[in-house]
Amino acid sequence: MYTIVERQDLLPRVHLLKIQAPKVAAAAAAGQFVILRIDAEGERFPLTIADWDAQAGTVTVIYMEIGASTRKLAKLGEGDAILDFAGPLGKPTEIENFGTVVCVSGGFAMATIAPIARAMKEAGNRVISVVGARSKDLFFWHDRLTKYSDEMIVCTDDGSAGIKGVVTEPLRDLLASSTKVDRVIVIGPSVMMKFCSKTTQPFGVKTIVSLNPIMIDGTGMCGCCRVSLDGQTRFACVDGPEFDGHKVDWDGLLVRQKSYVAEEAVAAERCRCKEEGCGNHG
Amino acid sequence: MAKAGLNRMDMPKQAVSDRIQNFSEVATGYTPADAHTEAARCLQCKKRYCVEGCPVNIDIPEFILALRDGNMPEAARVLKKTNSLPGVCGRVCPQETQCEQACILNKKEAPIAIGRLERFVADWERGHSAEVNLPKSLKPKSGKKAAVVGAGPAGLTAAAELARLGHDVTLFESLHTAGGVLMYGIPEFRLPKDIVQGEIEYVKSLGVTLELNSVAGRLFSLEDLFKQGFQAVFLATGAGLPLFLNVQGENLSGVYSANEFLTRVNLMKAHNFPSSDTPVKKGRKVAVIGGGNVAMDAARCALRLGAEEVSIVYRRSELELPARKEEVDNAREEGIKFHFLTSPVRFLANEQGQVRAMECQKMALGEPDASGRRRPIPVGGSEFEMDIDLAVIALGTRPNPLVMQSAPDLQVNSNGTVLADINGQTSHRAVWAGGDIVTGSDTVISAMGAAKRSAVVIDEYLRSL
Ligand SMILES: Cc1cc2nc3c(=O)[nH]c(=O)nc-3n(C[C@H](O)[C@H](O)[C@H](O)COP(=O)(O)OP(=O)(O)OC[C@H]3O[C@@H](n4cnc5c(N)ncnc54)[C@H](O)[C@@H]3O)c2cc1C
Ligand SMILES: Cc1cc2nc3c(=O)[nH]c(=O)nc-3n(C[C@H](O)[C@H](O)[C@H](O)COP(=O)(O)OP(=O)(O)OC[C@H]3O[C@@H](n4cnc5c(N)ncnc54)[C@H](O)[C@@H]3O)c2cc1C
Ligand code: SF4
Ligand code: FES
Repeated sequence: MYTIVERQDLLPRVHLLKIQAPKVAAAAAAGQFVILRIDAEGERFPLTIADWDAQAGTVTVIYMEIGASTRKLAKLGEGDAILDFAGPLGKPTEIENFGTVVCVSGGFAMATIAPIARAMKEAGNRVISVVGARSKDLFFWHDRLTKYSDEMIVCTDDGSAGIKGVVTEPLRDLLASSTKVDRVIVIGPSVMMKFCSKTTQPFGVKTIVSLNPIMIDGTGMCGCCRVSLDGQTRFACVDGPEFDGHKVDWDGLLVRQKSYVAEEAVAAERCRCKEEGCGNHG
Repeated sequence: MAKAGLNRMDMPKQAVSDRIQNFSEVATGYTPADAHTEAARCLQCKKRYCVEGCPVNIDIPEFILALRDGNMPEAARVLKKTNSLPGVCGRVCPQETQCEQACILNKKEAPIAIGRLERFVADWERGHSAEVNLPKSLKPKSGKKAAVVGAGPAGLTAAAELARLGHDVTLFESLHTAGGVLMYGIPEFRLPKDIVQGEIEYVKSLGVTLELNSVAGRLFSLEDLFKQGFQAVFLATGAGLPLFLNVQGENLSGVYSANEFLTRVNLMKAHNFPSSDTPVKKGRKVAVIGGGNVAMDAARCALRLGAEEVSIVYRRSELELPARKEEVDNAREEGIKFHFLTSPVRFLANEQGQVRAMECQKMALGEPDASGRRRPIPVGGSEFEMDIDLAVIALGTRPNPLVMQSAPDLQVNSNGTVLADINGQTSHRAVWAGGDIVTGSDTVISAMGAAKRSAVVIDEYLRSL
């Protein structure tokens, strides 16, 4: 069992958990993830390692409630325990002194990109962060990202903070400006990663994306997480999750991510009934 | 070939109409009377052909004698002396090509049903472990530490043997449960999971420390294990990396690897969705590509999930089918269709990106290839479409490279298997390997046999330190 030592509610449906997992904390690196299983009936699902503390033996994850499993997780608080917690999984982010690195994140991924920005900064890069969200209220860990960034560009859909618009616009402006960009890293919803990759492609700047296909084992055993890269099949859990965004078959990924929409709806409904006690479901 | 049914006791099975609607075990097991009748047929030969046919050399005549004499605790002790997982082996070993093929009676009549008797004794033992009272250790404590990586049949056997030989053993497993293919691959209706768990409990009772959720190559490297004070390592991570066809449309939604399909059902209990959180697609028309045991298991699972029509699509002819005959017969009885000399060319999608059809090509058999089987050659212009809404690809697996990637000194063959000698010694100092990681996909018992050979030499090595 892996005990939750801290919980913070960052936004209405976004939570932070600090989990006691000393071995994972000792081995973790930027860009890696864990797979957890809440209880004996639980599914195995991945969450990015947003932070870790080898000394304290803790791993921090930040997640958004979207379906049955993440809602189940949201019921747990400090002192509760998670049955299984395997990691660190996936390849760590390639960290080098590239020169100037642009870290683009959207939604709650502004948290999961933080360790990458930190590692890039520590490696001597000039780090420019581009962060997007629907509105001003949806920003968090802003201070952290600011700390690791030489420059911070904020955009909101509604214009309540920073530039009004989506992240691809300032990204394109940056690439078109006199600033020489050596690498772009994008983490966020698949659609956003797709469009950021399309934005950088004409400029020929290597663009790394962190893919989130459906996973089960996370060890390369099931092939559920496979994605097509320039026509070659790769397993995101062991060959990734980070890949060259210019090579990803985005439409294939998006379709596979929707494989279980019908089943997820059933699970979410059941979960709601349980929460609200409709009495018709076990 | 065993002359099944001749004069050996039949194995009671669930009726076809019932069993295709549930995941319970198909073969329900001998009654005590059946077992005694079958045991009484054994000639108790001086020259023990059957034992020679067994990869772990179980004292077959001895356990059958004890069973015939009604001394069940002794029968169980004889089995466990050489085999820590008899309940598993009695169910899934290909006895027809091993002990039963070697049995002297096979020349004239039906061989003794050794596997069924082994299962009978193992099942009895489950409720009677106190009476059996197995010796937990064979040698005094050595004070030496061994790490075993991967808790499938090879790892479980190595861990059990090394613990009994007096060493301090830690068994690392990447998944949330031990058992390997026994838990995630072989379906409940052939191998109930509580049987596997019972045998794992026995291994733990020998003093083995089981560390779950521990992915070697990520959580630790081989060298880390030595730094942590382990003095010998046995690698048993199996051959779990699924192969694909590399044809167009293979990554469509609704196309599974057999590992994914079986894992969802067996390990994650997706057939109980939504009481279990993991879903699985229940196809209406399902195609399973491949002809081995794995393909049969996947097809029979798909049927039990409620598919209307399940087809096995195999590129050679019935003669070359690699699956056990018993499994093919079971699949046929249950209504699985077979399309021989047929190979998929591509998968076609509907508007939602879900698989809706599979384009196939007919094949003809040419000259024998390296495997000695006749090579399938495509027949030009024979393409046709098969309507499906779910496909399961069961073309075999390779060793998972995770551990090897973390150990550059470990020599690996071109097919991804680890280079090791007959006792499992690898190119790396103090590291042995056994099971599917060395042989590629093989059998439970050959993995166990390899683990036992390695345990003997690891014991010598540790005691020499
Ligand atoms: C490498 C990786 C890192 C991730 N990191 C984070 C993170 O840091 N924070 C976060 O909130 N989310 C993260 N996710 C996504 C997270 O795993 C899903 O949100 C979660 O599994 C949804 O489960 P659910 O039951 O709540 O929702 P569901 O209703 O079951 O699913 C909603 C959507 O989530 C995805 N999903 C469902 N099951 C899985 C699964 N077993 N594996 C992967 N995706 C699945 C699918 O696209 C699905 O359509 C990550 C995913 C991956 C692959
Ligand atoms: C569907 C199916 C049906 C089969 N039916 C039969 C049958 O009827 N009879 C028969 O004899 N054989 C059968 N086999 C073959 C048999 O199951 C295998 O030969 C046998 O399980 C091999 O044992 P193993 O211990 O080498 O590997 P596995 O059983 O594969 O075990 C390897 C273990 O290592 C773990 N692991 C992998 N990577 C890591 C890592 N990096 N770190 C830590 N742990 C790791 C895995 O999770 C797993 O638990 C079948 C196989 C399949 C897939
Ligand atoms: S060879 Fe057959 S008959 Fe002879 S001892 Fe073995 S099982 Fe019995
Ligand atoms: S999640 Fe199973 S292979 Fe990647």
